[in-house]
Amino acid sequence: MDAAETIISLSHVDAGYPGAVILRDVNFNVARGEIFILLGGSGCGKSTLLKHMIGLNPVLAGRLVVAGMEWGPKTRASLTRRIGVMYQSGALFGSMTCLENVMLPLEEFTRLRRKERVERAMELLGAVELADAADKMPSEISGGMRKRVAIARAMALGPEVVFLDEPSAGLDPVTSCALDDLILRLRAERGMTFVVVTHELPSIFKIADRAAMFDKARGGMVALGAPQALKDGSDDPFVRRFFNRGETDG
Amino acid sequence: MGPLERLGRFAARKSGEIGDHVAFLGEAVCELVMLPFRPRRFRLGDCALAFERAAFDGLAVTSGVGFLLGVILAFQCAAALQMFAVEVYVSDMLAIALFRELGPIITAIMLAGRTGSAFAAEIGTMKVDEELDALSTMGLPPVRFLVLPRVVAAVLAMPVLTIFAELAGLVGGAIVLSAMRIPTEVYWAHVQNISTTWMILFGLGKAMFFGALVGLIGCSAGIRTKSTADGVGTAATSAVVGSIVAIAVSDGVIAVILYVWGMMGI
Repeated sequence: MDAAETIISLSHVDAGYPGAVILRDVNFNVARGEIFILLGGSGCGKSTLLKHMIGLNPVLAGRLVVAGMEWGPKTRASLTRRIGVMYQSGALFGSMTCLENVMLPLEEFTRLRRKERVERAMELLGAVELADAADKMPSEISGGMRKRVAIARAMALGPEVVFLDEPSAGLDPVTSCALDDLILRLRAERGMTFVVVTHELPSIFKIADRAAMFDKARGGMVALGAPQALKDGSDDPFVRRFFNRGETDG
Repeated sequence: MGPLERLGRFAARKSGEIGDHVAFLGEAVCELVMLPFRPRRFRLGDCALAFERAAFDGLAVTSGVGFLLGVILAFQCAAALQMFAVEVYVSDMLAIALFRELGPIITAIMLAGRTGSAFAAEIGTMKVDEELDALSTMGLPPVRFLVLPRVVAAVLAMPVLTIFAELAGLVGGAIVLSAMRIPTEVYWAHVQNISTTWMILFGLGKAMFFGALVGLIGCSAGIRTKSTADGVGTAATSAVVGSIVAIAVSDGVIAVILYVWGMMGI
């Protein structure tokens, strides 16, 4: 992969918490405009790795570069404006309407006037097809809608990379499929890079350009590539079993 | 695991917790100091909402407790002073006790029970729902965004609640003494005579300090909430217990300092 188009780079990264390494020696690059999946079974450390990538926890070892910078006190302010994050629960602020949630980053980090902020937030809500829910509180909308509002909020400052933690979790197949379509559309319209944590196979095959697969037992990355190529071409028994939904070969 | 290792782990855990508390306090004080220079970054709406919940919603119950405290104190003291036919001095005693000590303390304990626990539960629930992580990844420090408005609201709510609790206590005392045939005018004249502006302001200043303690401890407990089934409940409990202990200890320290400085007469 050409280094010039790499937006995220992990080299020899150990992921986990102080005193508890979960993933060892993780190496991969994510290209600008790519939809990249962090894939693996429950508890394998993919969400932990995501927390390192979004700067919530420092890596235990190795080098993690996002948009040309490593996370640190000096780069934090700049990096937080260049990424957007959608959490598993949506993490919308319950005391604010959907519109206010989307306006929050604009209010804090731009000098836009209120009217301009409202217009921009409404445009983002329109992009996720929720303009009519602008004045509703998060508690008044469904789980799928909350996630879409969270995506709109994550995109408010025009980030280069959007991280999505389990976007399909807790959603019915139809809503989950609609969310996949939304991700593909946003990538096509805005050219954003998406890093998605998921273990939903239909979503992976629909949206992913490439995926990195992690195995809890081996404590590291076991496969990297396009999902179809991994499914068809991997010799690793864990990868084959994962893509065959738990069924062993033969 | 041997006893020495257990002790070591306990000490390491506790020192880590103390470090977290100090870091939290430092961050909160820094944000508070920087507030006048960056007023636009203060979330006035959140502060107003927290103030409304702490002060106005708590006014009735705090005044009620203050009233009952006045009634009980007046009864207890009047019974003793009646033996010397000086029960009229119950008014003096009530005024001094309420303005200097009991008003701020009882109000602070009420604030800890109502508002401190609410702060811990609100912020704790936000932590469990990953809202604190969302703030951090948006570059918004949770201390500035969530803690500062609540602490300022608690500090501002305390004098309001304390004044109402003190007045209600004095009214309670007046009712008891009027039942003991002490004229109300005499009662209020004694209260007015013994109460100095400095005494009242000192009590209100102490109340504001207690408000800051309740706000900080409540928010700190919320931020340290663990993502377990009982995490939010534990945070609320630790906010109330921590606040009450801190109020009692700091009040004792203030009393000792005033004694050493020869200012007990204020």
